Amino acid sequence: MELYKLTAHELLEKIKKKETTSEQIVSDLTKRIKGVDVKVQAYVRASSSTLLAPDSKPNGIPVSIKDNICTDGYNTECCSKILQGFNPPYNATVISKIISSGNSFLGIKCNMDEFAFGSSTENSCFGPTHNPWDLNCVPGGSSGGSAAAVAADEAIWALGSDTGGSIRQPASFCGVVGLKPTYGRVSRFGLIAFASSLDQIGPLTKDVEDAALLMNTISGYDPQDSTSINTPVPDYTKALINDVKGIKVGIPKEYFVEGLDPEVKKIIEEAINKLKTLGAQFKEVSLPHSEYAVPVYYIIATAEASSNLARFDGVQYGLRAKAEGLVDMYKKTRSLGFGDEAKRRILLGTFALSHGYYDAYYLRALKVRTLIKQDFDHIFKDFDCIITPTAPTSAFKIGEKVDDPLKMYLSDIYTISVNLAGIPAISVPCGFTKEGLPVGLQILSKHLNEEMLFRLAYTYEQNTEWHKMKPKL
Amino acid sequence: MKYEAVIGLEVHLHLNTKTKAFCGCSTEFGNAPNSQVCPVCLGFPGSLPVYNQTVLDYAIKVALALNCKVQEYTKFDRKNYFYPDLPKNYQVSQYDLPLSIRGFLDIELGGKFKRIGITRVHMEEDAGKLIHQEDISLVDFNRTGIPLLEIVSEPDINSPEEAYEYLATLKSTIQYLDVSDCDMEKGSLRCDANISLRLAGAKTLGVKTELKNMNSFKGVKDALSYEIKRQTEVLDSGGKLTQDTRLWDAKAQETVAMRTKEGAKDYRYFPEPDLPPFIIKEDKVAEIKKTIPELPKEKMQRFIKDYGLSEYDAKALVASKKGALFAEECLKRFSDKNKKPVANWIIGPLAALAGSRACETSELGIFPESLVELIELVEKKQIISNLSGKVVLEEMVNTAKTAQTIITEKSLAQISDSGSLNSVIEEVIRENTKSVTDFKSGKANALMFLVGQVMRKSSGKANPKVVQELMRERLESA
Repeated sequence: MELYKLTAHELLEKIKKKETTSEQIVSDLTKRIKGVDVKVQAYVRASSSTLLAPDSKPNGIPVSIKDNICTDGYNTECCSKILQGFNPPYNATVISKIISSGNSFLGIKCNMDEFAFGSSTENSCFGPTHNPWDLNCVPGGSSGGSAAAVAADEAIWALGSDTGGSIRQPASFCGVVGLKPTYGRVSRFGLIAFASSLDQIGPLTKDVEDAALLMNTISGYDPQDSTSINTPVPDYTKALINDVKGIKVGIPKEYFVEGLDPEVKKIIEEAINKLKTLGAQFKEVSLPHSEYAVPVYYIIATAEASSNLARFDGVQYGLRAKAEGLVDMYKKTRSLGFGDEAKRRILLGTFALSHGYYDAYYLRALKVRTLIKQDFDHIFKDFDCIITPTAPTSAFKIGEKVDDPLKMYLSDIYTISVNLAGIPAISVPCGFTKEGLPVGLQILSKHLNEEMLFRLAYTYEQNTEWHKMKPKL
Repeated sequence: MKYEAVIGLEVHLHLNTKTKAFCGCSTEFGNAPNSQVCPVCLGFPGSLPVYNQTVLDYAIKVALALNCKVQEYTKFDRKNYFYPDLPKNYQVSQYDLPLSIRGFLDIELGGKFKRIGITRVHMEEDAGKLIHQEDISLVDFNRTGIPLLEIVSEPDINSPEEAYEYLATLKSTIQYLDVSDCDMEKGSLRCDANISLRLAGAKTLGVKTELKNMNSFKGVKDALSYEIKRQTEVLDSGGKLTQDTRLWDAKAQETVAMRTKEGAKDYRYFPEPDLPPFIIKEDKVAEIKKTIPELPKEKMQRFIKDYGLSEYDAKALVASKKGALFAEECLKRFSDKNKKPVANWIIGPLAALAGSRACETSELGIFPESLVELIELVEKKQIISNLSGKVVLEEMVNTAKTAQTIITEKSLAQISDSGSLNSVIEEVIRENTKSVTDFKSGKANALMFLVGQVMRKSSGKANPKVVQELMRERLESA
């Protein structure tokens, strides 16, 4: 049996019919990981003895976890040298929820850009993950390990985190479904923070139904996270309706300009046409502050990151460099422990918050963030959702952009605004380039309206075959 | 004086909540190092703060007692700096939108009130404690995350004495609210001072020095006095002061400049993204306002009015909330209109006893009615002297017996009835004929000698006033 190929909902059905067991699924998945992860390298510390977390519940489907989500008893290192050996004595709230829902998780973790800083998973201290569709290409990032694992059938489903596109962009590059929930819908407790006001945990899955199922499990108010939203969670599977007739969709003109790969543009236009034939109503709209999203993001996100990462100092946990005295210990530990991109972002953020620059950068960025939010509020008065490409290109070659951070940052140009506005968005597979690389369609909706995303994505998926395509490994 | 001192004080106050500001750890003092910690206060990766509602309530209470305006919209900010006692390497504090602003505290010095402005009262978390050993330094995180209030005064203080009085009044006011121990020894109240000198009458401010490491109110006063002397000497000799931070060395009784890096500290404050801003509704403030008891200043003024006490006595009696309650019970019960003896007994012998036992006057185990009984016995000259009264008081504290019982047991009651005194007087007259003659020839001193003889024969138990009266009567009638 090749159980690893199936989706979680298919496996749950099989378990229900007593055609398989959790043990069989785990053992099948283990074989698959052993077989193909040498090529993909979606997992880190895979050689360690803790390959799979014990699955105590007989009906569970194991979830693969990004390396920045705390798992009690299993190393959580954010793919950074500075957290080498960090084994948190607590579970993230999402992990507790997975366990209490009767599922399990893998003790080996998914590769990522160090501290989620990146769009290619090349900034990992464990080396890059390879895109299952073309091993010479990146899987996107920062949740590249999670996306590649799902695409390569090395995971049934996975969790990632999304600060500026880190779930959706790799989902797009790897041809899987990726959802960034509304800010506050999923608890951040136990997610090692990159930028606290932007971070959200979300699912990466083989189809839309699995995304809804995993969202049912991980969503909800958490008294341990003061930023989590205290409203009831709907049953997202009820939003899986194969009908989009009369749904009003906005197409932001600012997203279809120079910089968008013509091939990707064509694929997106075909997807829009498909939805049109299914009855959705489209109209061009404007998000006038879109052009400021990337600079605003790189000020706010790096400012928060510079403070969030200050705790990695060698005092309590993780790496401590040999040094003479306190300041020397700080300097050597942080010089040795952080990679180049982490250092770059800490420096950028520190600068943006510095005395004399705060008003010009951070404060102004906050103001523009409000304008970007208002752009969306304005559109969602008249529209149910917005459709855009998830990324301006398909997966690029490993090494292609590592020396050009600005080019790399533009890879998130279509995903960043969503985090700044705190709204939910999903990326679903919508086609392939001539080179056979997947392209993702991004759907955005208003605050707490994940159900609209599921409905549109589900309808599109049920009427296309893209999600059934598998890479050859 | 040629120069005027301009002083502002920054007080850090531990709030006595059961749990820390952003997690459920205990705030108890004095337990084994790192026994009251969790991933949140240790700043472990992925942990998040959740604010303690009681901290906000207590903070509002203090702000209102200090006549501050509680702001409707307030938020936490991160103050970023690296130090091993700060596990996140940032402190959750408040920056541009503090909880409350623009208050004041009236202090009393030499019978006059002076109003000291309060710039702001804001909430923050405490850091841990470093323990330095020979080769290594250890960190105790028990204190990390304990809620603190920072109370910043305006530079309205002009002398070390005023600074001392400000701190004493602040402490007494806050103790009335039951929100802090205000114990400088335990570190639950800490004070830094800013001081500069300027020519008397000048408008512009001089170069300021920040003073740290004072462990008592007296330390603050001494450090400020030292700084005034030091800065005066520098200015008088034509020297220039530099803006620096100096540490008070209580042993050497001097301030020492701290080595500091050049340039102003940059804490890179920004809004704490893990804690959403909050809105404090007016009705909440009104509700908390109702829980504020009569504060020392008002109580003092009422004691002066209701009990005819002097300012000095009234102020001493209201210094602590418990002490003031006890004192008022005594004042009410004392039958005489003149309440001065009650104040004298409490501020004097009772306070001394409390001091020697390191407790409050109200905690000595003496009931107000017992104390009043004793005071009345002394006032009615039922006991030999004030001195014996103090002996009885101490016995009362030690044995919990009433004053009357102790007096009877110790035969301390004064002999005042003329019957038993007359025979002694006759005896003395018989034995001292020379003194009797001296008195009759006009030597007034002789009377005192004869009275003294009676006192001696009665082992001091006779009431000297009564003896004197009886003796004079007897001598003049003969």
